[in-house]
Amino acid sequence: MTPRRRTQLIATTCLILSMGASVLLLHRVDEIRPRAVLEDVLYISSPKMVKRTSLGFDGLMACIYWTRTVQYFGHRHYERARTYNELAPLLEITTALDPHMIPAYQFGASFLAPAPPNGAGEPVRAIELMKYGIQNNPDNWHLYYDLGFVYYTELKDYKRAAEVFEQGSKVPNAHPFLKLLAAQMAEHANDYETARMLWTATYESSTESNIRQNAIEHLRSIRVDEEVTRLQQAVSRFEQQNGRLPTSLWELAAAEHLRGIPVDPDGNPYILSFDGQVQVSKPEDFPFITKGIPPDYKPSGPPKFHSKS
Amino acid sequence: MSARIVHIAANTFREAVRDRVLYNLIAFALLLSGAAIFIGQISIEIERLVVVNLGLTAVSLFGVVIAIFIGIGLVSKEIEKRTLYTVLSRPVRRWEFIVGKFFGLAGTLVVNTFFMAIGVFAALLYVAHKFASPDAFILVALYFIILEFLILCSLALLFSSFSSPLLAAVFTFSLFIIGSFADDLRGFAAMTHGITRWIATGASYLVPNFSTLNVISAVAHQQAVGGQLILQNTFYALFYTAMALSGAVLIFERRNLK
Repeated sequence: MTPRRRTQLIATTCLILSMGASVLLLHRVDEIRPRAVLEDVLYISSPKMVKRTSLGFDGLMACIYWTRTVQYFGHRHYERARTYNELAPLLEITTALDPHMIPAYQFGASFLAPAPPNGAGEPVRAIELMKYGIQNNPDNWHLYYDLGFVYYTELKDYKRAAEVFEQGSKVPNAHPFLKLLAAQMAEHANDYETARMLWTATYESSTESNIRQNAIEHLRSIRVDEEVTRLQQAVSRFEQQNGRLPTSLWELAAAEHLRGIPVDPDGNPYILSFDGQVQVSKPEDFPFITKGIPPDYKPSGPPKFHSKS
Repeated sequence: MSARIVHIAANTFREAVRDRVLYNLIAFALLLSGAAIFIGQISIEIERLVVVNLGLTAVSLFGVVIAIFIGIGLVSKEIEKRTLYTVLSRPVRRWEFIVGKFFGLAGTLVVNTFFMAIGVFAALLYVAHKFASPDAFILVALYFIILEFLILCSLALLFSSFSSPLLAAVFTFSLFIIGSFADDLRGFAAMTHGITRWIATGASYLVPNFSTLNVISAVAHQQAVGGQLILQNTFYALFYTAMALSGAVLIFERRNLK
């Protein structure tokens, strides 16, 4: 072996060994070092300042901030966090950098508005965000739809929701269901029916898989809420007629002439507690239900999603 | 254009290629393909926006760096290597040398931008699966970026005609930054009074206005770019380039090279 060849061999070996050692060491250091809480740090909080420092490349900066927002929300949501302090500032910066970035408004509102742990519980800021979006994109009917949605689902402000849906229905090329929703809001007689209509519209008008999946989960939960309400009414009826609670759902089904034991959308039978409360057997499979939740149930881990209803 | 200018331009282009300037295309390709593949997994519904924004921003920034760092050495390197004396001892006028150098560097950047543009459209096709007619406005954004390069090349040549490479780099890069804030400078001028207003207004018109040449965000949203803007930006960039090149020629003509 020539001296030159030998040097090359030694240098190559040294390079590979050093690289491997440095990666291993960094891995060990990461294990012993406390994890930095980067998601709660926003070095520049002023949207104007970020826009200035982007040197005119604000479109790319908006994409970076939007990706950061998605990562921040996803991480906090996965951990079932109760606070999302940086979510609203991140969305403000993103939309200030690029006022035409529609996904930032649509998803941003759905991140901000719902109560924790499904969202930041800031419906007022979600409404501000949507209004800013409409101001900059007045011809986009989706934004009116999403704003009306927040008014309806989070604030139960049917009057405002009806107004916004009505405004949206006048936008060129608006989906016809906005007119229907405006009328439904004005009546707000059947909340389950309205909610079903909204989530069905969301499912049908979106091509984004996350939105469609979320809509499916809500539709499944609405079905459970509706069934639990109906069964609870049947239990009350039974009690009035017989002077006691039904001992089982079999007894209730026989008294109500039901075809069999009532089951949830997954085919699992509902449970009747000793004090006459109808409960779902697997509440973790229905992350958005408001009825039939066992009193001792505490959600753990990330919410489950299903691909079909 | 005289044959001498063409020869100098061709040599400048050849030298840039020999200096492995076009290697930046590899970094660009990696950046864009990485973004096109991975961004869909870490973000929501902005794959197309990212490809256009990142692609055009990278085209612009890579080109700016090349324009500045090659441009500042075009004259000083020739003096340092003493090749300038060989060139000028032939029947080549000094202004022809400057103009030839300018076209050589501009040509390098146009070729570079051409390959990057292919990369941008390929990445766009990958994420969107098809082209839409508003995607043609990406070509306008690329054209504006080339106009930006022409201005920067001429400025780099202007500064390198009388100062050291380091100072020329500092001056050119500073003007690039200030030019990116030209609209803010104009806004600042409008807020002031008296002599400050005159000075600020004068400065805002004197520095190159790069913000008017930046339509990246608009084309990323498939918004149209008006024909008037294209026409006027073209004339603006050509006049500004001519102004800076004339300054470079004037200084270089008077420079004592002994």
